Amino acid sequence: MAATLLMHVEGQPAGLAGQRVEVRLTAEDGYTADREYSLARSGEPDRAEITVQAIDGGEVSPFLVEDIEVGVELQVRGPIGGWFVWRPEQTEPVTLIAGGSGVVPLMAMIRARRAAGSKAPFRLIYSVRSRDEMFYRSELRQPDPGVDVSVVHTREAPEGSPRPAGRITVADVNNGGWPPDFAPTCYVCGPTGFVESVADMLVALGHDPHHVRTERFGPTG
Amino acid sequence: MGIVTRGFRGRRGGGDVKLPPGQYLETGFPVLSAGPTPQIAPAAWAFEITTESGEEHRWSWVELQALPREDITVDIHCVTKWSKLGSRWTGVSLDTLLSGIDTQASYAMVHSYGGYTTNLPLDDLRNGQAWVAYGYDDRPLRPEHGGPARLLVPHLYFWKSAKWVQRLELLTEDRLGFWERAGYHAYGDPWREQRYAGD
Repeated sequence: MAATLLMHVEGQPAGLAGQRVEVRLTAEDGYTADREYSLARSGEPDRAEITVQAIDGGEVSPFLVEDIEVGVELQVRGPIGGWFVWRPEQTEPVTLIAGGSGVVPLMAMIRARRAAGSKAPFRLIYSVRSRDEMFYRSELRQPDPGVDVSVVHTREAPEGSPRPAGRITVADVNNGGWPPDFAPTCYVCGPTGFVESVADMLVALGHDPHHVRTERFGPTG
Repeated sequence: MGIVTRGFRGRRGGGDVKLPPGQYLETGFPVLSAGPTPQIAPAAWAFEITTESGEEHRWSWVELQALPREDITVDIHCVTKWSKLGSRWTGVSLDTLLSGIDTQASYAMVHSYGGYTTNLPLDDLRNGQAWVAYGYDDRPLRPEHGGPARLLVPHLYFWKSAKWVQRLELLTEDRLGFWERAGYHAYGDPWREQRYAGD
């Protein structure tokens, strides 16, 4: 389960595509919990849009996805982060590679490109378990000239799909992204294991490690 | 107290544990870094300290292993809010590496394989506060956690504990490192919640 929350903030966000905000929840007795979420859309003054996936047994995400109601107040700080960002003045090709909810900051980049009328050529490779778990499905299906989208299904491939379900491979990265001699900037976001393996593939394919930016989430052993 | 979030109760995990402000308890070991994980064979690895006068001190992997090793059990605190208690490391104290090095420097810039940098006051690397760590939980440190060796400075936010550490540059004047130039705090004390520049 996931939900997109549109928060009205006083005198804040806007920000760059790829940045995060910190959300603070406060219980009646003063207990607080802080979490960081990527902005799903940048550049909107007084608004912050995040997409949250509920983690089973989580303390904050199930509340934000299932329980929170319109009108509830929380604190938002940010935007934060100046590295995993795409700026409209960037003209080089861009490869975006998302694992699961890692698509959120990359969607912000696609939306920022569109909002700026940028001609920078974008390619998105989006790895999801199944079609049902795709975030922003209808928006990503709309034609967006200069943005190529390829979807990798890891558990369940849609009927008639030429690619069987399975984890992302070097071939997926090679076919769905820009070749290294185009010197693209590559943004990779997802769970740790996903980002580790995709970043290794990009380097093995010949991409300059300095052009590969990563954002990882989730615990690992 | 801040704005009350109606309906939010929280879980209060680890309520009897004293964590720095704003931190929550994590039992896994999250990985955070700005780019791909450098794959460095120990045979190709070396650690250097360069002084403000340009003097170079260098240890190969084998030479580092021959130095007195320490087992360190410490709590670590990441600026992204997780804290991990009782993490167990093996490494060489910076006191050992800095002994016999003649310097008037007050600051250090840490350089990593892959180009990452972070800055610290030199005093924070002395007196049993910092190590070049190559073991975690009685095993070699894995590449995604900074292996073959990383800096370990547990009293500061964990981005100061640079992964894939390559060189310590001793400086008489402070300069900002990678995250510090990207808006993070120059010092990074978790107990004073120095997360971002201006905190």
